[in-house]
Amino acid sequence: MNHIIEVKNLRKTYGRTIAVADVSLTVQPGEIFGIVGPNGAGKTTTIESIIGLRQPDGGSVSVLGMNPQAEPKKLGNRIGVQLQEAALPDRMKVWEALDLYASFYERTVPWEPLLETWGLADKQQAQFGNLSGGQKQRLFIALALLNDPEVVFLDELTTGLDPQARRATWDLVRAIREKGKTVVLITHFMDEIEALADRVAIIDHGRVLALDTPAHLIAQLHGETQVHFTTSNGFAADVLCEVAGVTAVNQHHQQVTVTGSGPLLANVATALAQYNIAPYDLRVQQANLEDVFLALTGRNIRV
Amino acid sequence: MKPFLKLTYSELKLQLREPVGLFFTLAFPVMLMVLFGLIFGNEAETFLGGYGQVDLSVPGYIGMIIGTIGMLSIPLSIATYRENGVLRRLRATPVQSKAILWSQVAAQTIIALLGIALLVITGLLLFDLRLPSGGDVMILPGILLSAFSFFAIGFVLAGVMPTPRTAQAVGMAIFFPMLFLSGAAMPRFIMPEGVQEVAKVLPLTQVVILLEDLWLRGEWNLTAVAVITAVLILGLIISRFTFRWE
Repeated sequence: MNHIIEVKNLRKTYGRTIAVADVSLTVQPGEIFGIVGPNGAGKTTTIESIIGLRQPDGGSVSVLGMNPQAEPKKLGNRIGVQLQEAALPDRMKVWEALDLYASFYERTVPWEPLLETWGLADKQQAQFGNLSGGQKQRLFIALALLNDPEVVFLDELTTGLDPQARRATWDLVRAIREKGKTVVLITHFMDEIEALADRVAIIDHGRVLALDTPAHLIAQLHGETQVHFTTSNGFAADVLCEVAGVTAVNQHHQQVTVTGSGPLLANVATALAQYNIAPYDLRVQQANLEDVFLALTGRNIRV
Repeated sequence: MKPFLKLTYSELKLQLREPVGLFFTLAFPVMLMVLFGLIFGNEAETFLGGYGQVDLSVPGYIGMIIGTIGMLSIPLSIATYRENGVLRRLRATPVQSKAILWSQVAAQTIIALLGIALLVITGLLLFDLRLPSGGDVMILPGILLSAFSFFAIGFVLAGVMPTPRTAQAVGMAIFFPMLFLSGAAMPRFIMPEGVQEVAKVLPLTQVVILLEDLWLRGEWNLTAVAVITAVLILGLIISRFTFRWE
């Protein structure tokens, strides 16, 4: 089996609303596959169709060689799911949730070590309603891993978490992959995809706009690089227009932005050295996935 | 079978952690019985057919417990689970939908039986409650039939109402008038005859009549059985089409 997941021309509508127009993608064993797009792009409906929660109106879905609609129970035993807008009853205790959910699967791993791994060991007796946002998310990941799944689906894993908790969660996602599991990561955060995903499908209006590694997608932009630095007084940055590859120089008081292509940082640094300028904060800003999205759709993902 | 039993046990524990819900299902009927028992006593009266006031009120209180759970607890509980995403999370596991729904029924049935046991034990201890003679075993199927019928109404309400708040508000708006007109909270014979006749169309009145006849006379009231069964079947059919997981 080459593909863990194979989706061909998936289509799903709710009444007149087209949630997914046409999505095709494949997920390889052992990779972190990202699905990214703005809210309402059709990411969650795509995932819900892949795990068998929704019946597609068109196209085909195969997960671990199974049709999710035909064998929901068998598939459910081999995948782990962390869903957006899911919850446990407020008064359910952490250990009770794990104990209950363990009874749903044919095969489970002991849940005590899972709580240890996910930093919830001291929260066993806490009620779900009293957990923090981060603790709830970690509990959902623990629940998703309870059946030692081959594929783990994580939908908007870090939404609502503070930056520090987000970074910590990223490490944990990498840890899941290192255990040999395939991870499908759904998010509207481009930085999350850049940090984690081996390959990414960019989805908008129910269609796949691009599917590749984040690095390839960024490289295909042929984008220009920008170098920023702060000068000492009196330096006329216009002279940098002469540097190879530079297309524009903007100076605003002491802030200088040099735009261009090629090995721009090295060229600019060399030039500055010739003028005896040694800025502390010489830094390069490269195109990222947000720019890719902007180039593909003509709008910003955050809008 | 194991997921169903685990879900039932879990739901039972969760319900027992809800103080407000428990007050109305477990404590309130007992409080009413004690209050009126202390005022009127439970002396056997010939004009009450050899029963006391408390004896006569117990079938109504049982109806009250069943109605409260069916029309208030179940709609609120299910609509809350739906709105919060508890049902959504459960559906993303291999557990069968049937197990999720039946566990709710099973847990609420156990709570109803707990409430009834509490009522009967308090009656025995404080007022020498006269237990149904002859029909003592038959009361149980009557209770279960009534409970399932009202639980089915609860599932319809849970499915039709968009939010937990509307489910609760509409449940109350239907339940409280029915509670007083049906004879569950106070004897039917104190009401004008016209009202009594009209009240007979209410499912809760039929439950009270069924339980009274079983408890006091050991007889099955076939009209009541027919009405309650019809409500049960209708409720199951409607909830089958109106129930929503999200």
